[in-house]
Amino acid sequence: MSESVKTRKKFRIRNMSLLVTVLLFIGLFTAGSAAYDRFFSLSTFCNLLNDGSYMIIASIGITFVLLTGGIDISISSTIAFTCVFSAFLLRTGFAAGVVIPLVLLIGLLFGALMGFMIDAYKLQPFIVTLAGQFFMRGLCAVISTESIPITDDFYKKMALNKIIFAGAKIYYYVFIAAVVLIGAMFVLKYTRFGRTVYAVGGNELSASLMGLPVRKTKIMVYSISGFCAALAGVVFSFYTLAGYSLQNVGMEMDAISSAVIGGTLLTGGVGTVIGTTVGVMIQGVIQTIVTYQNLNTWWTKVFSAALLCLFIVIQRILAGRSEKIKDVRGKLEKTA
Amino acid sequence: MSSENMLIQMEHISKSFPGVAALDDVSLELKSGEIHALLGENGAGKSTLIKVLTGVEERDGGSVLLEGVPVFPKSPQDAQKLGISTVYQEVNLCPNLSVAENIYIGREPKKRGSIDWKKINQDSRTLLDRFNLNIDVTKNLDFYSVAVQQMVAIARAVDISAKVLILDEPTSSLSSVEVEKLFEVMHMLKAQGMGILFVTHFLDQVYAVSDTITVLRNGRYVGTYAAAELPKMQLVGKMLGKEYAELDLSSEKEELIGGERECLLEMKQACGPGTISNIDLKIYKGEVLGISGLLGSGRSEIVRLIFGIDHLEQGEISLNSQKLAGKGPLPAIRCGVAFCPENRKTEGIIGDLSIRENIILALQAKKGMLRAISRADAERIADKYIKMLEIKTPSQEQRAKNLSGGNQQKVILARWLATDPQLLMLDEPTRGIDVGTKAEIQKIIVGLAEQGMTVVFISSEIDEMLRCCSRMIVLRDRKKVGELSGKEIAESAVMSLIAGGVKNGENKEAV
Repeated sequence: MSESVKTRKKFRIRNMSLLVTVLLFIGLFTAGSAAYDRFFSLSTFCNLLNDGSYMIIASIGITFVLLTGGIDISISSTIAFTCVFSAFLLRTGFAAGVVIPLVLLIGLLFGALMGFMIDAYKLQPFIVTLAGQFFMRGLCAVISTESIPITDDFYKKMALNKIIFAGAKIYYYVFIAAVVLIGAMFVLKYTRFGRTVYAVGGNELSASLMGLPVRKTKIMVYSISGFCAALAGVVFSFYTLAGYSLQNVGMEMDAISSAVIGGTLLTGGVGTVIGTTVGVMIQGVIQTIVTYQNLNTWWTKVFSAALLCLFIVIQRILAGRSEKIKDVRGKLEKTA
Repeated sequence: MSSENMLIQMEHISKSFPGVAALDDVSLELKSGEIHALLGENGAGKSTLIKVLTGVEERDGGSVLLEGVPVFPKSPQDAQKLGISTVYQEVNLCPNLSVAENIYIGREPKKRGSIDWKKINQDSRTLLDRFNLNIDVTKNLDFYSVAVQQMVAIARAVDISAKVLILDEPTSSLSSVEVEKLFEVMHMLKAQGMGILFVTHFLDQVYAVSDTITVLRNGRYVGTYAAAELPKMQLVGKMLGKEYAELDLSSEKEELIGGERECLLEMKQACGPGTISNIDLKIYKGEVLGISGLLGSGRSEIVRLIFGIDHLEQGEISLNSQKLAGKGPLPAIRCGVAFCPENRKTEGIIGDLSIRENIILALQAKKGMLRAISRADAERIADKYIKMLEIKTPSQEQRAKNLSGGNQQKVILARWLATDPQLLMLDEPTRGIDVGTKAEIQKIIVGLAEQGMTVVFISSEIDEMLRCCSRMIVLRDRKKVGELSGKEIAESAVMSLIAGGVKNGENKEAV
């Protein structure tokens, strides 16, 4: 039983920044509840999940990339493309059962292609995915500059079907996000690929000297990111029942900031998808509070910005402190 | 092939890089149950030999036999599969993963398709127990000191393949207690029949642990000796390229003009961060001071400290009786200190800039970014030094990376001379350049001192140190162990100090 005590202790130490994130979420939620009537309810919480599910999926995808120390800024365009292309195909008369697998495959392959270019030609992920962003956004406009409504029955069903639990509505697509989250957690913790993702982010050179498949892993994380973006696009089209070429501009930065608020280091190697999910929900809470306060929605950005700054400083301090502790320990050992 | 317990036989290995023959007909034999020290100064070819053995570099010629079978490792993984593992000074593990995971990543035990964390943690505990290491294996690697990290790296290496273990300068960042522990582990592995190839710069450690010594010099094989039969002095001689018997005991150096010499720079009880400890040092105006010692003895660290690259932890450094700020190189440059670092390619030359631009860099920094040096001035300065130092180039617009090593070194020298320094510090200025240019640079150094400049000169080659220096301090294990001047400067004296002998009166260190 001492085993379990040890693991629990480890859990506490390792997830310091996750703990901070969760506390912050609870703090914000409490603050909102104290300030506004009818804020504190299960339905407010469930609405965070309903509105945030596509964001959670996309952010989890990008977390894989960030964990290896890379970056993917193409995801917002991939989401928009998925929506527009799905809407276009559905209007042309294709069945949802064909359209959804097809757009998911496109997202996956597009991510794989970017990953391949980054790896094979030693290109900067930022530039490659920037090109990807332009490309996908451009394709959206090529298909249609107008918003295309979706009238497909399956999409409508997904948009409207929900379970009602103690007065709170949970839409079906929240479960898609839940499956993605649980799947990602399992992959990162219990598969060789997942651990290699962390190793690559920790020290790429070491990882390759230890004989880990660094190249394959790098291509795979971009594929996952592309796939998750496409899946987020599908969920987003359930949510909005339309495809519009200017959807979600700049949303990749929200995803990155959610991951960072959730404890992911942009240098790679540190972070969890559960943290990222809480990060998304924190941004959701801020948005809700801003709405309740009747402020301009842009205030959401201002508060997120402040939070982001706060978080990177906290992370820096935490990291700095552990380095210091190590220094002191090293010295003690040396004098011993 | 020959004897039964022969693990590795490397014969007639050669390897050249553009312009340099890094290895020329080098041989090495490693038996099982043997700790074999590989020694040599900078540029001797130790690391190239190891890279060839571990598949990082491909050899140009020669053969490698592993237990009598020819092998041709193409990558570190290849070598690992064959049974050759390497642990480097800078630990090649992932700091963000747990100790246990670092040992097992890439070959994790699985249970029903998912990683069996319990088994990983248990197995690594059992494994580290063998190394007398009782630590919490679930903590992240960077929670532990470098010594522990290194032990973990060794544990991983041994667990993967237990034939040949290469330790590349494993002790450089360890304390003496930690070194002891490492030696215990090495003895244990040796008893299990592993062959260990050990690279280090600390001679005491060589004698403490190794059975056999192979010495390389300038990419050539010097010899293999039983450690018990090779006195330390002879070893130093072999490393530096002089047989002890051949040493000329008298130096042609003139006795320095006596009387009061003006002190330019003084170091009092200076300590760097984990580098040198309690160094007292005076540099007099117009002299060429040599700093001697083997690699890792602290010679570069002293000049880095003076130049403000490393942070002074204790003690003080004063220039012309004024305290040096020690906050980065710029204040030092403004005080008239110049420094050509050891690593020309990464710390000196900026390859994509022209010769002219490279030369005026330091002067521009000294003047401040806002007061730009005019094109005409820059051209004049560049021309002057190209002529003065005889830099061989078609024009001053040539990119610096297209020059030969020797000419690049001259460009860096020109860069610092352009700042008109009082104190010029040169760390290994002649490494890896041809003999002719070496002689030219030595001449320039002596000439500068005659004109009144003060020069600090560091080199691994004892010959050129003897030729250039009017005074010399000798370091061992990051401490000053002696000071020689005028007639005292002779190879035998320097070497006995380096080796830790008890020849010179000033030598306070016990062996």
